[in-house]
Amino acid sequence: MNGHFPWLTTLAALPFVGGLCVAAVPAGKRKLAKNVALLFSLLTLAVAIVVAAKFDNDGGRFQVTESYSWISSFGVRWSLGVDGIGLVLILLTAVLMPLLILASWHDADDAPVGADGAAGTGKAAPRSTHAFFALMLLVEAMVVVSFAATDVFMFYVFFEAMLIPMYFLIGGYGGPQRSYAAVKFLLYNLLGGLVMLAAVVGLYVATANQGIGIDGNGTFDFVKISQAVATGQLDIDPTAEKALFLGFMFAFAVKAPLWPFHTWLPDTMTEATPGIAVLVTAMVDKVGTFAMLRFCLEIFPNASKFFAPAVITLAVIGIIYGALLAIGQTDIKRLIAYTSISHFGFIILGIFVMTSQGQSGATLYMVNHGFSTAALLLIAGFLITRRGSKTIADFGGVQKVAPILAGTFLVAGLATLSMPGLAPFVSEFLVLVGAFTKYKVAAIFATTGIVLAALYVLMLYQRTMTGPLRPGNEKLRDLVPRELAVVVPLIAFLLVLGVYPKPVLDAVNPVVDHTLSRVEQKDPAPTKPIEQAAGTEAHTTGGSK
Amino acid sequence: MIETSSLASGVVLANEGGGGLHSVAASGAYSALWLVVGLPLLGALLLLVGGKRTNAFGHILGTAMALGSFAVGVLMFVTMLGKDDADRSVDQHLWTWAPVNEFQADIGLHLDQLSVVFVLLITGVGSLIHIYSIGYMAHDENRRRFFGYLNLFVAAMLLLVLANNYLLLYAGWEGVGLASYLLIGFWQHKPSAATAAKKAFIMNRVGDFGLAVAVFLMFTTFGSFDFADVLGGSASASDGTMTAIGLMLLLAACGKSAQFPLQAWLGDAMEGPTPVSALIHAATMVTAGVYLITRSAEIFNASPDAQLAVTVVGAITVLFGAIVGCAKDDIKKALAASTMSQIGYMILAAGLGPIGYVFAIMHLVTHGFFKAGLFLGAGSVMHGMNDEVDMRRYGGLRKYMPITFVTFGLGYLSIIGFPLLSGFFSKDKIIEAAFAKGGTSGWILGAVTLLAAGLTAFYMTRVMLMTFFGKERWKEAPAGAPADWHEPHPHESPTSMTGPMILLAFGSVFAGGLFVLNESFVKWLTPVTGFSHGDLPMSEWAVTGMALSMVALGSAVAYVQYARRDVPAVAPAASLVTVAARRDLYQDAVNEGLVMRPGQYLTRLLVWFDNRGVDGFVGGLAAFIGGTSARVRKVQTGFVRSYALSMFGGTLLVVACTLMARMA
Repeated sequence: MNGHFPWLTTLAALPFVGGLCVAAVPAGKRKLAKNVALLFSLLTLAVAIVVAAKFDNDGGRFQVTESYSWISSFGVRWSLGVDGIGLVLILLTAVLMPLLILASWHDADDAPVGADGAAGTGKAAPRSTHAFFALMLLVEAMVVVSFAATDVFMFYVFFEAMLIPMYFLIGGYGGPQRSYAAVKFLLYNLLGGLVMLAAVVGLYVATANQGIGIDGNGTFDFVKISQAVATGQLDIDPTAEKALFLGFMFAFAVKAPLWPFHTWLPDTMTEATPGIAVLVTAMVDKVGTFAMLRFCLEIFPNASKFFAPAVITLAVIGIIYGALLAIGQTDIKRLIAYTSISHFGFIILGIFVMTSQGQSGATLYMVNHGFSTAALLLIAGFLITRRGSKTIADFGGVQKVAPILAGTFLVAGLATLSMPGLAPFVSEFLVLVGAFTKYKVAAIFATTGIVLAALYVLMLYQRTMTGPLRPGNEKLRDLVPRELAVVVPLIAFLLVLGVYPKPVLDAVNPVVDHTLSRVEQKDPAPTKPIEQAAGTEAHTTGGSK
Repeated sequence: MIETSSLASGVVLANEGGGGLHSVAASGAYSALWLVVGLPLLGALLLLVGGKRTNAFGHILGTAMALGSFAVGVLMFVTMLGKDDADRSVDQHLWTWAPVNEFQADIGLHLDQLSVVFVLLITGVGSLIHIYSIGYMAHDENRRRFFGYLNLFVAAMLLLVLANNYLLLYAGWEGVGLASYLLIGFWQHKPSAATAAKKAFIMNRVGDFGLAVAVFLMFTTFGSFDFADVLGGSASASDGTMTAIGLMLLLAACGKSAQFPLQAWLGDAMEGPTPVSALIHAATMVTAGVYLITRSAEIFNASPDAQLAVTVVGAITVLFGAIVGCAKDDIKKALAASTMSQIGYMILAAGLGPIGYVFAIMHLVTHGFFKAGLFLGAGSVMHGMNDEVDMRRYGGLRKYMPITFVTFGLGYLSIIGFPLLSGFFSKDKIIEAAFAKGGTSGWILGAVTLLAAGLTAFYMTRVMLMTFFGKERWKEAPAGAPADWHEPHPHESPTSMTGPMILLAFGSVFAGGLFVLNESFVKWLTPVTGFSHGDLPMSEWAVTGMALSMVALGSAVAYVQYARRDVPAVAPAASLVTVAARRDLYQDAVNEGLVMRPGQYLTRLLVWFDNRGVDGFVGGLAAFIGGTSARVRKVQTGFVRSYALSMFGGTLLVVACTLMARMA
């Protein structure tokens, strides 16, 4: 169903145009620039809601589609369309963006922190507030395109192009080691992208060789390729398939990040401003896990199955390794970065166990982790900005002077440790159940993550918020209305998705069933099934639509 | 859902006795069931989100919500009384939670004879403790938050006992853990309270791990985790699976109910305000493990190995707690050790299968009355004694606080099993059931329960004597007292506090008698838990006689030691056993040596590895090659090389892992 109005292009163009408008605001008018940025992020959210309203869970795979010729010599098209998974991730992005802009309101106001760590030494040139918000909107536009692109090359272009604004956001705004962190971020991801480019070209050649495209050319059309794979029309040599899979997977594993390709993330998240750190971990990194589920599994089903045990092993190592590292940190932001590494382990585990609970859980996890990490990191950011330190040992007893800040921080922490009633519990449990039905040992190791999560969250809370008030914290203010406007919606989402995640699952489940049918995987049947009453719907894990 | 329940239960009912999850959809008065959980949950939300605006009336609102929940609970009970055994249980489906193909998680409630007992206990004792807290917390600036947490606890506990599936039970299970964490750490400014709260939560999470794995196993076995499906299918599933599920459930029970080896958090949990100790760490939350095992009766019935493990854990803990209780000078910690021991009785009974389920629950209820009463009494004593908890600084208090003395005294008589009081009946039945298990293990378990009865009499008599009798040791300043030390002025507590104590004392005295009258309690629960008499190798009178002798002996020894002689105001040097008991049999040292320290070393090693091993090694190498250690130079020169190297290393690892996974 080709929509008459290019909704998705509009959705992607809005933040892009917004970024241009912000950049065009006269230099002195910082407040105006921020307001324009906020306005455009809200408009984007409005359009995203329209797209969601047009989406029908029982409709075809890709909806709200549009396709235009782009680089015709390679058959690259500007093709957009969303499935249930793309849709919920776009919604996550659109909801988070205004909150991030609000949370980052003053983050680009003053001169950058000098290399000696003293704030505002003023030696460096003053940073541009305009550029900061314009770049954030630019990233949003690229993330949206990545989630909506149905052309492999187009996806690749935006997946890679995202690095440029991210590089400037990390390197231009943040802590004293920001340029080190930015270069590290760029190099890691660039290398991942290079390897992927080779694989993208390889895929094109393979489609060309087997005549999938038009007139003997290859194609980048995802729908076409995926169907050709499913029908056996595109039959890549097993060795080549494995190599191509690794090419894609490497880029996504760096981005996600999967242990042991994670070392860029702690530096990036520690040095970047809290808003940018959330941008990285809640949105940009999700493109990596999203792409594993969509591209790796559907285009290279046999290689995915072949490498699944290895990926699962790395994911489980990542879950435990990330959690243990989080326990050992002395820096609040670095601690949160390692919790994310642990959580990405869960997401990747869910994807590669190839069960419906695992994959639906992983997708829900992407959404929930977006909210929980945003809440935890942004509140921590408010605290760090007040105190001028991110060292855990500098805090203590904050609960006494800033009870609302402490209380909301605890709620965010409880979400992070998967407390039932808050959103991440549902997704984590689904992932673990889904893993357990196929890989019992891996699932049991992963489940120890729930004990470790309690440790790192509660140790952080105890050291910063409880106990006698430590010197230097006496004057910390409680959350101000702007900050509450950021925190309250996040906590509301965590609560609502905790007790009623069904709308998200309803959108995601059909796509997961489709993906599983493509990799020819069925959920293991219970060993001792209960005789169901007649008329109970038979559950299909297959059945392509 | 509902069709499934009745279908499965049809099979179960045919098996005669037990497993009666025969449910119909809630209608009529039953349709108000959700309010039992809903009211306190609403209270918690209003008080915690409303913030300071609700300060003025927070305690009233919180108490009203608890009482409202109790009223609905009574309505449920009365409605149930009006029905036949077969029609007593109902299901209320609220909404679909997280559906993914076979995984159908629902928010649904199940009320039957077992859960209604818990509803009445939780809301009844809960309401009394809300009322008590109005006075006890009157001077606390955060009283409103306290009531918010109490409401949250009550809601979560009710969810735990009313859930109709194991996943929702898990939600309640973790919910009470959270409420317990918040309430133990209520006085957050005290580092000891914050540490105790964290310790409790984390040890509980170890148990929760077990519950989670149990749910996974249920799902892979039955494709469901509804009570009706799982319990209905237990008899036909393989022994190995049932044993695995049973052991995982036992692990969960050990965490929540402070049973060996996850018992170490309970003593520290006494850092919380005393009403919390009474409600959560005596009467309700810590007994959740007993509920879990009894609710899962069919699973344990299908696995003798799991049952054996349950009885062993119970037997160890019943003695562990009793021994520790004999040596504690802190009145709350003595009572906490006692709680651990008494729950050991319940767990042991639950491990006996249909011989013991009913009596486990009966002791749970009577214990709920007398232990909550004892804790409230201890709180009342502390209230009048400047929050002193050291019993060596008490003495002769009966004159100053007569109501507390009498109510505490009745609770004391009940717990030691003084004839015809509640504790006498419920404990006696467990001892009988232990012997009735038959065989050598029956004799061993019987002997353990008898010995514990003697120890209970000893440590409780000790508490009683040290607190209310003897010299008034609090009149002299303790050694090393601060300059501003004042002699305490012990006084009776206000009516809002003594009222609940009096009501609980009634329960401590009469509940047991009522329960055994016409075997009403057994008849009430049998449709759910099943019941069997077992094979008692002697007459009931003989068991009672032995139990009473042990009680007399224990009390007499305590009398000689703590009434005939003066109690020193400072703990004297003592034998190795006593020192070990004072230190909780070195539980913390063991945990530290076996888990904490190795964990810390591992963490430090990994942090070092991640900073230097992965990143720093290549970075350092690059710096070395670049011939400079300046950080900036390193960043600029060695960078590309170092990261190319580290990524190459990562790729090698993947390949290695792949090969290993393939070869395995």
